[in-house]
Amino acid sequence: MILRNLKMIPPLIRTIISRLLLGVLTLVAVSVIIFSTVSMLPGNFATAILGQSATPETVAAFKSRLGLDQPVATRYFNWVGGILHGDLGESLSSSPGAPRFVADIISSRLRNTFLLASVTALIAVPLSIVLGVLCALYRGAAFDRVVNGISLTTISIPEFLIAYILLIFVAVRLRWLPTLSNVKDGMDVAEWVRRMTLPVLVLTIGIIAHMMRMTRSAIIGVLSSPYIHMAKCKGASPARVILRHALPNAWAPIANVVAVNLAYLVVGVVVVETVFVYPGIGQTMVDAVRTRDLPLVQACALIFASAYILLNLVADIIAISTNPKLLHPR
Amino acid sequence: MAEENATIEKVESLPSGTERGPLLLTIRNLVINGLVDDTTVPILRGIDLDVHRGEVIGLIGESGAGKSTLGLAGLGIVNEGCIIVDGSITFDGIDLRNCPESVKRHLRGVRVAYVAQSAAASFNPAHKLIDQVVESSEIHKTEPRKRAVERAVTLFGELALPDPARIGERYPHQVSGGQLQRLMTAMAMNCAPDLIIFDEPTTALDVTTQVEVLGAIRKVVQQFGTAAIYISHDLALVSQMAHRIVVLKDGVKVEEAETRRMLASPEHPYTRTLWAVRSLEKSATVAARPILDIRHINAAYGHVRVLEDVSFTVPRGHTVAVVGESGSGKSTLARVVCGLLRVQQGEVMFDGTRLPPLRKERTRDILRRIQLVYQSADTSLNPSHTVRTLLSRPLRLYFGLKGSAANQRVNELLDMIEMSGAYIDRYPSELSGGQKQRISIARALAANPDLIVCDEVTSALDQVIQEGILKLLMSLQRELSVSYLFITHDLATVKAIADEVAVMHRGRVVRFGEKNAVLSPPFDDYTQLLMSSVPQMDPDWLDGVIQKRPGESTHEPAQVVPGKRTKRADRLG
Repeated sequence: MILRNLKMIPPLIRTIISRLLLGVLTLVAVSVIIFSTVSMLPGNFATAILGQSATPETVAAFKSRLGLDQPVATRYFNWVGGILHGDLGESLSSSPGAPRFVADIISSRLRNTFLLASVTALIAVPLSIVLGVLCALYRGAAFDRVVNGISLTTISIPEFLIAYILLIFVAVRLRWLPTLSNVKDGMDVAEWVRRMTLPVLVLTIGIIAHMMRMTRSAIIGVLSSPYIHMAKCKGASPARVILRHALPNAWAPIANVVAVNLAYLVVGVVVVETVFVYPGIGQTMVDAVRTRDLPLVQACALIFASAYILLNLVADIIAISTNPKLLHPR
Repeated sequence: MAEENATIEKVESLPSGTERGPLLLTIRNLVINGLVDDTTVPILRGIDLDVHRGEVIGLIGESGAGKSTLGLAGLGIVNEGCIIVDGSITFDGIDLRNCPESVKRHLRGVRVAYVAQSAAASFNPAHKLIDQVVESSEIHKTEPRKRAVERAVTLFGELALPDPARIGERYPHQVSGGQLQRLMTAMAMNCAPDLIIFDEPTTALDVTTQVEVLGAIRKVVQQFGTAAIYISHDLALVSQMAHRIVVLKDGVKVEEAETRRMLASPEHPYTRTLWAVRSLEKSATVAARPILDIRHINAAYGHVRVLEDVSFTVPRGHTVAVVGESGSGKSTLARVVCGLLRVQQGEVMFDGTRLPPLRKERTRDILRRIQLVYQSADTSLNPSHTVRTLLSRPLRLYFGLKGSAANQRVNELLDMIEMSGAYIDRYPSELSGGQKQRISIARALAANPDLIVCDEVTSALDQVIQEGILKLLMSLQRELSVSYLFITHDLATVKAIADEVAVMHRGRVVRFGEKNAVLSPPFDDYTQLLMSSVPQMDPDWLDGVIQKRPGESTHEPAQVVPGKRTKRADRLG
């Protein structure tokens, strides 16, 4: 009966549902991996906080207050149960009477990271697709070669180096922009823009090359198809051939590389955050690992994993929904 | 609506043999070179061609003769990697060789249109059919979209497409190959061009579908008085369409004549070889004990029943041809015999004993005695093995032959397939299509089989090379008294090679018996359809067939299970 009902659902929806279920399954698996890895981290938070000279009684009391004396499985289910209720737990840095909730610690940091990521994405994604289309259109010409050369260069230079080079010239020598990007709530918009510019610029330079090159090669890959030849025989201009006939058939690989790069914006910005002292989630996680603040590390890791899974899911759905054979079954 | 078509305003009466319309396309001394691995290869070596208004020119020759290159030159298009070295192309006073690209672009789709060989690949999978059919008028802004769509719908009706008003709303993968080919003709006709280049428009279709598409194309071309260049490798087809025929060989025009004259008295020796395979005919042989006895078998892919109650026998030393269109179950039958697909019911007897259904249940000796030669030698020969390796592997597997003994046998095998030992260290990519198919045959022979299943072994080859392969198979049969189960869709091949014929239609054997009995009247309906669909060397053949056939477009073949052919090739490779 269930099988029969499944067949009634259009294939597109069916595929999306199955991808969603798979995504949830992946997230569960990831949560297990995160929890067990973090539990296996060397070092002891209690001694880190209380100092080497703490008596066993103090350590035991401390552990029991934070629930660290429970078995691993119990702690895992407590943690997951909490998350399902929207409770990410207490930071280990809480003191009696002054609890510090993980959710409170990360929320503003996370918002900053998402802001940086979205501003960068809004600039980088359209720019790289347009550049990729132009390169495909003028493939082999001077424009294509120059853009390709620049993109290869930026891929090869590590991000922190780009960041420092820009810092030296734009911020230190020319004094156009501030060296620090420590944005705060309630800041003047113009000032906020000034402080965001450099990190956004560095990240854009960092991710644009992959997306642009993939757009270019996905389109060029389609150009050898007989229907492209047919379009030329109908008198379509080169621009029309690319935009109307090649691009619609090239979305799937482009969406994939865009998703990977956007996930990187959320997950991999710690270097740029550190260089510009930007209060994002990457720094938070690094600090939490240093202080052995396990609930905070777990929460950050889970957020990163969810971002990856979600963005890849969106890419899959775009790839599926641009496939006419799935959209319009026989 | 049909009346409105006349407003396309270029209906002229067909030029009969002598009186022609004004000159439309003039090609003079055209030389085009191609670049293959940094060496220049001549593709066209000084071709002259005239096309007058309203005239249909047939362009024939085998693959590599330069037909498509010449056709595309009529659009002012030269494929990537090719250059025009010399000569001129003039379309209605416009010099297509020297005018700017923008001028040429404004001709394409409006005044010169193109119909490609593979309709399935030539429609963009991302857009609705109607959007693609009216695209030329949209690009060149010849008329409002609404009128272009109306015209397209009228053309769909003229071309006997089902549900003309709505078929355009579908996507390319939602209609059949024969329908796509007609839709592409509508796409070419939509702007009422002066000239259409048809590049092998029916080669990818079944014979029965081909007749309908040919009829539809010819009807609209005549109705609108469009000039056309009709490219094909099949003289019989071209003679249905063309007023004049031009024969190309290796980039040179070897003969040009008015169609009836060309058919009645071809002058050039090469033109005469184009009849070759049709003159080959195996004489009757006496009946023998069956080597293969197929008894009431049913088979299916999943829930799709593909074979239903199929029974016939293959006598020892005989050739049984299995004919039918794609989707009729021929190849499935081959898979059953080779143990690649389990039958649901029935059994196959081989040399008097029951054949285990699946390959892995069969003994090595049984595997050795039944060999398969596949349609595409390109995909069934491992590209990273030399001829020596390809042929010595079965020798080692079945007979344990190694070293010089194996070498000697490989040389014998090459001798049998009329290839010299010089080829022994070549890779498949260094061989021609016909040579590759010979190597496939030699690989089957290496096992000393009693039965060779030949699945469309000549379908991908040119006529002349086909003839060579068929002759080889026949002489091998005389020498080795091997039996063939010969699967084909081509009745000319059947006449050439078969002793017995099984006609398959929708998974059933509708007719089986001695060749002359099967191919002589009285026919059942399907055999009649199949027989009448084979193009004849008679310019009036198509008229006769279409008159006799009740309704066009009523017959569309069942869909082939996608991917099944390539998968099998991988497994055998």
